[in-house]
Amino acid sequence: MGGHELSVQPDAKLGLHKNWFNKLTSAWASGLGAVTHKELADHLGGKRLLILLGLVAVTGLSAVYVAASTIRESAMEAVETGFVFLLLFSTSGGSLPSFLSFLGFLGPLLGLALGFDSVNGEQTRGTLSRILSQPIHRDSVINGKFLAALCAVSLALVALTLLISGLGIELIGIPPSSEEILRVVCFALLTIVYVAFWLSVSIMFSIVFRQAATSALAGMATWLFFTVFATLLAGLVADAVVPLPSEPTALELMRHQRIEMALSRLSPTTLYYEATSTLLSPHTRALGPISVEQLEGAIPGPLPLSQSLLLIWPDVAGLVAATLLCFAASYVLFMRQEIRAI
Amino acid sequence: MNQGNVVIRTRDLVKRYGSFVAVDRLNLEIYEGETFGLLGPNGAGKTTTILMLLGLTEPSEGSVQVVGLDPTRDPLGVKKVVGYLPDRVGFYEDLTGKENLLYTAALNGIPRKQAEERVNELLERVGLAEVADRKAGGYSRGMLQRLGLADALVKKPRIVILDEPTLGIDPEGVRQMLQFITQLSKEERVTVLLASHLLHQVQQVCDRVGIFVRGKIVALGCVEELSSQLFKDEPYVLEVRAQPTTEELIRNLKGITGVDAVEQAGDTLLLHCMSDARGEVAKVIYQSGTSLLHLAVRGRSLDEIYRRYFLTAEEQTHRRAG
Repeated sequence: MGGHELSVQPDAKLGLHKNWFNKLTSAWASGLGAVTHKELADHLGGKRLLILLGLVAVTGLSAVYVAASTIRESAMEAVETGFVFLLLFSTSGGSLPSFLSFLGFLGPLLGLALGFDSVNGEQTRGTLSRILSQPIHRDSVINGKFLAALCAVSLALVALTLLISGLGIELIGIPPSSEEILRVVCFALLTIVYVAFWLSVSIMFSIVFRQAATSALAGMATWLFFTVFATLLAGLVADAVVPLPSEPTALELMRHQRIEMALSRLSPTTLYYEATSTLLSPHTRALGPISVEQLEGAIPGPLPLSQSLLLIWPDVAGLVAATLLCFAASYVLFMRQEIRAI
Repeated sequence: MNQGNVVIRTRDLVKRYGSFVAVDRLNLEIYEGETFGLLGPNGAGKTTTILMLLGLTEPSEGSVQVVGLDPTRDPLGVKKVVGYLPDRVGFYEDLTGKENLLYTAALNGIPRKQAEERVNELLERVGLAEVADRKAGGYSRGMLQRLGLADALVKKPRIVILDEPTLGIDPEGVRQMLQFITQLSKEERVTVLLASHLLHQVQQVCDRVGIFVRGKIVALGCVEELSSQLFKDEPYVLEVRAQPTTEELIRNLKGITGVDAVEQAGDTLLLHCMSDARGEVAKVIYQSGTSLLHLAVRGRSLDEIYRRYFLTAEEQTHRRAG
């Protein structure tokens, strides 16, 4: 044994990696794996995911179908601008909004539905104290729940994106270019992060509120606030702070616009819409007000993916940060919760 | 009979919720292999104590040791050897009874194949083998309680903590449950800590009893010890029912040495005496030719013990408050 110890002298970096990996595998072995496995099986076998996915799929498919017929009507124009495939996701045809807007609106429901009773549901059923008396780390429970729901959501969204891509290719008959595929992949990833945000919000509510119905309602209220009222409210506040006269100067307009945008960007839904619409329409060059001078000498044309990504970087960072913040809050709440209350 | 190793020890254990003291300087020692009954009214702090033993709640003061480990520092080590049946135990309703137990086994890191064997064996033992593949949502309260016991045993624990295991189940279920507990203790040498407010059940299965009122142990020992402590200076009261009750019989009974007075209450005679004169009384009744229907020492059951300790504890707190 002594000789064995002597012979093992890993270099520091390798040792660190190994240490990290060991920690992960030991966490996985001590409960995290079992919790994740069980929760994932619950989600995939349950009716909840099926119903919501059905809802999103039906609206999504009809949106894409309508978009495809709109694209075909103005086929020449569409082909000229390029990126016809991406138009499938971002075109709204007639009465139906685009797939993108549907996802921005209904995606949160997916996250809320998978998380709203994750902790208080177990409390009311009396399973949580039983689970926590098993030899697992307490955070395994909440990590496992988040991870499993995230996996289920990712699976569902990837499947949906593929389904819609297939349908789109069939409908418009133009295969996507490699850049378009990359953009759709980024779009899918972003959607997963967006839904993950709502997931962590609903898990947080499920810890804060004792009743599943209360946490579901709180989740819905937050959802409606951010998807519908946040932008309205941002406009109102901007009007109050910088009242616009009947003939506003450029400076006043600019200030008004800045305040409105800054406020509405507090809503993850705005961030999501900004980021995804930039991704899906490569012609977007800026996300704020632009003066005529700034446009002088610019050659109109699509941006490469890397530049589009650079443009939406703050939005993506904001979205990820909001998700992490909510999850961290639920983590701390869960770890500090008096078990007596459970 | 119980001077084995101490497996659970608490020292001046205190738990406060705000200004409310749930557990008040509790000192408790539980020996390996014994069945210990923690007896107290609802809200006495039994569940809080259990949660601290399991490391699910941190003590405000004092220390706990379970199999030599501190549950606050090493909760996993404690949870590996302690099986716990919470009060109002719940299971995932959309999983079968067997799947529920397999999940517990997975949380304990038991390999799948071993887990299957263990779970099947346990389900057989608690009499749920036939309904093992039915959803737990359709189980009756009694079945859930038995499934809970099996669940606590999945990890092959050294100590089993049962919180109100007989609550809300029918008499037959209670009988079965108590039988399992006795079996567990006698055949597998598992240490059992049973928290309950139901005296008769505790009396049936426990080697030692701690009476727990308002966060304090007010009495500790086996039932006989408790009774002799409490009734040390009190005269015995014997209940006698005989057929027929004649004047002559009463006179004869009064003549027994040690019997101070005979009282007639309905068809029952109450004999006040200084010592346990049951033998003499039976003899006298037999000799007088009447048939003996009932003969018992009044008020020496756990009921009475419990009630008295409870009252004294109440009085003390009132006096202190006053």
